[in-house]
Amino acid sequence: MNNREMISSGNQLAAIAAVDAGCRYFGGYPLTPSSEIMHTISDLLPEVGGVSMQMEDEIASICSVIGASMSGKRAMTATSGPGLSLKAENLGLAQMAEVPLVCIDVMRGGPSTGLPTRVAQGDVSQAKHPSHGDYKSITICAGNLAECYTEVVRAFNLADRFMQPVFVLLDETLGHMHGKAMIPTQEQTQSEIKLRKQFEGDPKEYFPYGVAQDEPAILNTMFKGYRYHFTGLHHDKHGFPTEEINTCKLLIERLFNKVEKHEDELESYEEYMLEDAQILIIAYGSVSLAVKEAIRHLRKENIKVGLFRPITLWPSPADKIKEYTQKIDKVLCIELNMGQYFHEIQRVSSRLDIEGLFKVNGRPISPDEIIEKVKGL
Amino acid sequence: MAFDYEKYLRLEKMPTLWCWGCGDGVILKAVVRAIEQMGWNQDDVCVISGIGCSGRFSSYVDFNTIHTTHGRTVAYATGVKMANPDKHVICVAGDGDALAIGGNHTIHGCRRNIDINMIVINNFIYGLTNSQTSPTTPQGMWTVSQKAGNIDPTFDACKLAIAAGSSFVGREAVTNPKKLEKLLVKGFSHKGFSFMEVLSNCHINLGRKNKMLTARENLDWIDSITMGKMKFDKLTESEQTNYLPTGVLKEDSEAREYCEMYKEIQAVHQGKRATITQNDFEKKI
Repeated sequence: MNNREMISSGNQLAAIAAVDAGCRYFGGYPLTPSSEIMHTISDLLPEVGGVSMQMEDEIASICSVIGASMSGKRAMTATSGPGLSLKAENLGLAQMAEVPLVCIDVMRGGPSTGLPTRVAQGDVSQAKHPSHGDYKSITICAGNLAECYTEVVRAFNLADRFMQPVFVLLDETLGHMHGKAMIPTQEQTQSEIKLRKQFEGDPKEYFPYGVAQDEPAILNTMFKGYRYHFTGLHHDKHGFPTEEINTCKLLIERLFNKVEKHEDELESYEEYMLEDAQILIIAYGSVSLAVKEAIRHLRKENIKVGLFRPITLWPSPADKIKEYTQKIDKVLCIELNMGQYFHEIQRVSSRLDIEGLFKVNGRPISPDEIIEKVKGL
Repeated sequence: MAFDYEKYLRLEKMPTLWCWGCGDGVILKAVVRAIEQMGWNQDDVCVISGIGCSGRFSSYVDFNTIHTTHGRTVAYATGVKMANPDKHVICVAGDGDALAIGGNHTIHGCRRNIDINMIVINNFIYGLTNSQTSPTTPQGMWTVSQKAGNIDPTFDACKLAIAAGSSFVGREAVTNPKKLEKLLVKGFSHKGFSFMEVLSNCHINLGRKNKMLTARENLDWIDSITMGKMKFDKLTESEQTNYLPTGVLKEDSEAREYCEMYKEIQAVHQGKRATITQNDFEKKI
């Protein structure tokens, strides 16, 4: 792997990553604490012949991104909780019509206007299911500065592989954190780009949604002789609206299956000092930075603590969580919300004796708070 | 030679979901006839519709087509057009789509003057969902959500588009398909945002409850409230109150188109020109 060293912020790294990954359309709207992504990408995209639009509202920004992506371009938007709420309906259309895109959410305190300039992890549940209806979200959570770059790149490749929106969660701490990051070179990133599949046969035999029950739609780039139809309605293999009973059932099942049957391609996590751990901490995002520091202190006192950090939050790395929660007796879940991922850990581990450390006052969690909690377990 | 509709229509999707006597079919034909006149290749055209009866428009025409969410046609179109500035983008929206839930996008599409062709089919009611009040429903008419009579003042869609900065604004009715086709050709030819309101009938969900039982009666009413722009301009302000002018209401070929202006942004960032300043624009505030 060819790496380069960069001193930057999480938000800036995310913008650089998008452009390196081939993003050529960005639709945004100012929303603290994500705005620096738009500030950066609005300089970078025109330089490479791309387009960055500040739209009239959050809804327009996601709609324009979907439009650009339908036409064949890699496209992205960035926002925070209130913006994600506004984008929800059209994210549903992107799920239904299988339009790939990347949606970065730099999380701040909520609900509502909440704490605009302070950190939280309160959008974890929302990123699992922002809109009505049934589908399976793909949500990634970056845990350090380098991942603000690498996970955005991965998100673009996953979006084109699974043909649906991919959410990348950052949080205010990561987004605004300035520091040194080792990231892949532009050439390295470009060499790993995997664009969406294209059908190359006779247009008469092209059925964009006529694919196997565990595969995503094959949506050809517009204006190339394959004329078809996008809709948010239930649709047949051609993409045209239908209410035929079996077609409707198979469509929604396929939206599930295409993710569920390929979870191994999505799974991503970090294991930190888990080999001999007697206490398991599960945390993600910027919280994991404090957890790691706490672990280093606790280890000096011979308290054997380890961290399991899911990077792909949805679908959750269920097998791994199960493995560790079966092996290790004491489990502590730490989040900057009231336990949005805690419930997922309870579910996949079938354990109700898991401890939680939840903080919702807009401040990052400190290693001291974690050390105190671990010692009291 | 008879016009070859089969070339442009997805006949296998016919009959349409529209009611018998609906004006939307007239608009469908006028749009494809205008596209033929423009000489556009079908592959180079993207037709985007919203929600409502007009929302089904995109599924009947054989272009690259998108059936979007309620009110968002212009926002989707902006993404398609900015990503493909040399292609032709047509939005088809209803009065609820363009003026109620999607009003913001309509305003800002007009303001940017981006080269999108927006056709607003105004049938004065929410037809598909059974007669709720729309922003163009005349005051005093019966709607299912205002059974005592609608008290909400109406929108003049074209006045809104002019005020918001659209560089081409026109209006026609389905009662005059030839004029409609001509207006569409003018709008499609125009570089910049083309806002074209087409008055259509909904005798089923507007007419029946408002003493216009048939398509004919509904169309007669449309004729009675419209007047060619030349004639309209000669009326006094108070006489104008009860008429909607038809024809080309605004055409500004000097106005700068958004995709073209964005190329200047790209040029700045590629080091080909200096930064854009107020001196680049005539209008300073």
